[in-house]
Amino acid sequence: MSGRPALPGGLAIDVHGLNKTFGDKRVVKDVDIQVPEGRICGFLGPNGSGKTTTLRMLCGLLTPDSGSGTCLGLDLIKDAHEIKLATGYMTQKFSLYEDLTIAENLMFSARVHGLDRRKARVDQALERLGLTERRDQLAGTLSGGWKQRMALATATLHEPRLLLLDEPTAGVDPKARRTFWDEIHALSAEGLTVLVSTHYMDEAERCHEIAYIAYGELIARGTAGEVIAGSHLVTFNGEGEGVDRLAKALAAAPGVEMVAPFGATLHVSGIDRAALEAAIAPYRRAPFRWTEVEPTLEDVFIRLMDQSQDNFR
Amino acid sequence: MSGFSLTRVGAVLIKEFKQLSRDRLTYAMMLLMPVMQLLLFGYAINSEPRHLPTAVLIQEDTVFARSVVAALKNSLYFEFAAQARTPAELDEMIRRGDVQFAITIPGDFTRRVARGDTPQILVEADATDPSATGGAVAALAALPNQALARDLSGALSPRQARAPFEVVVHRRYNPEAVTAYNIVPGLLGVILSMTLVMMTSLSVTREAERGTMESLLATPVEPIEVMVGKLAPYVLVGLIQTVIILVIARLLFNVPMLGGWAGLSLGVALFIVGSLALGFLISTLAQSQLQAMQMSVFYILPSILLSGFMFPFRGMPGWAQAIGEVIPVTHFLRVVRGALLKGQGLGDMWRELVALSAFVCVVTALAMARYRRTLD
Repeated sequence: MSGRPALPGGLAIDVHGLNKTFGDKRVVKDVDIQVPEGRICGFLGPNGSGKTTTLRMLCGLLTPDSGSGTCLGLDLIKDAHEIKLATGYMTQKFSLYEDLTIAENLMFSARVHGLDRRKARVDQALERLGLTERRDQLAGTLSGGWKQRMALATATLHEPRLLLLDEPTAGVDPKARRTFWDEIHALSAEGLTVLVSTHYMDEAERCHEIAYIAYGELIARGTAGEVIAGSHLVTFNGEGEGVDRLAKALAAAPGVEMVAPFGATLHVSGIDRAALEAAIAPYRRAPFRWTEVEPTLEDVFIRLMDQSQDNFR
Repeated sequence: MSGFSLTRVGAVLIKEFKQLSRDRLTYAMMLLMPVMQLLLFGYAINSEPRHLPTAVLIQEDTVFARSVVAALKNSLYFEFAAQARTPAELDEMIRRGDVQFAITIPGDFTRRVARGDTPQILVEADATDPSATGGAVAALAALPNQALARDLSGALSPRQARAPFEVVVHRRYNPEAVTAYNIVPGLLGVILSMTLVMMTSLSVTREAERGTMESLLATPVEPIEVMVGKLAPYVLVGLIQTVIILVIARLLFNVPMLGGWAGLSLGVALFIVGSLALGFLISTLAQSQLQAMQMSVFYILPSILLSGFMFPFRGMPGWAQAIGEVIPVTHFLRVVRGALLKGQGLGDMWRELVALSAFVCVVTALAMARYRRTLD
């Protein structure tokens, strides 16, 4: 993994003003994305927000209506073929051949990318996955977690410099998700740039930085800390017997933008600190205890989602 | 809950209706199919064709000869398409399949009729498809007694009840009128198109339906590489089918194989590639595997009915023949029958081979234009 030309500005992805319209629906609006080389960028946003469309435009599966930029220093439109050669893409839906074995799927990918030392690479990938013994098992018979790990191995077989993952861990159990993320971090440590879309907040926090897209627009970007700070959100955590029953009353109070029960506790959030304090004042009594807490990413995202929904309507 | 609930039946029924009405193509197919079949069976198919193209070699230009030709024409079975100057030319016309009948009126016809010699008129029928010639040949029986009735008067009026001349019919290429000789080579075309078009029409559709298309498109593979790679295995399947059918045709049905191997090989190659390309084109058009199947059926039905496989091509009205000419099976059948039954060489069947090549080119170009390298 040496001898690569340095990327301009150290950015693996540097695109501006991406737009895509399907029929009369504008799915992606003026999206700018910059991802420094070797970083893991989490791509977040509600369903139907244009994440998949953006990823597909980055790997040449869709042609942007307008917009420009570079992937790996190559022009997004002009050099689409070269970008494909150096990019690994893992689709949202399992898209390996279920009626081929694990080894055959990997071999297909190796051939289609015109790799040398194919057998050695496939063996190595199987070894890395720990699937050497099951190499002749049909891919369709694997469990969800294994399917995703195998899809990752297939997408990285040709040693891409950029990896695009579209909700790679949807419907996968926590242990398998952790293994999957360990692999992503290992790849990143080798210099691979990763753009991964997800709905899971714990995964977002595992990323070096995050980008939040809603209704086709990029509305927040930065490290998890920056995004939380940038939201100017104030959150109080309520504890005590029956605090969750206050949710309805609090939600209606002025200044309260979000109320979310977390088990036996309640998160009450808003931008206006004074109004928020006024809203919880009547409940500052036993058995309730209120403390100001750092808002979680989830608090921030749900607020961003509500906000952009308001703009959208 | 048990028993029979009309509400539950209604729930399923309403759901089925809604799903059906959203699948426009299936809907259209269900309504179009009967219309298409009715029109084809009702109008296009005629098992007793008339106005069959006929070439005539008249070795003497006399009143009698002209009367015979006129009588043939009046029977409505024969349509004089060409006049040959030599027996060789006449022979070539029937071998190439330009005409269905070749009629020779000998040079001394008038003299021998006048002498009461009962001369012979030779009618050669292209009997590769026995059903195409059956009616016309039957009509020839009445010819000798009627054709010259007006000319033979006075001194020439027949002395006995004997006919003034004889008609000798040669059923060429299939003298015993064995239907299998015609059907079995034809089956090669029908079986190849059925299996190859259907199989490949599913190829791209299946990838799209299973979601593997997205991964495939994200790789550097080019459309033409996908097409060649996907179709090549089926070329082998087609070749194996061809060999099996020909071997069975020979061993079980004794279908004559007079030669024409060069033309046959070229025709089989073109036809296999053309059918595969058509299947590939269908697979780029269809939204689902079910739709792909339906489109294939929509292609195969006229291939069977309008190609001359089941019913004589020349028996169909002009519009049906025009449709038939566009269908590759039509040309392929002519190649196969021409080669096996008539021993046609490349020179005799070049037009059919050109037609097949044109089909391959057009369909491949369309398929390439339709195959998208993105998901746009």
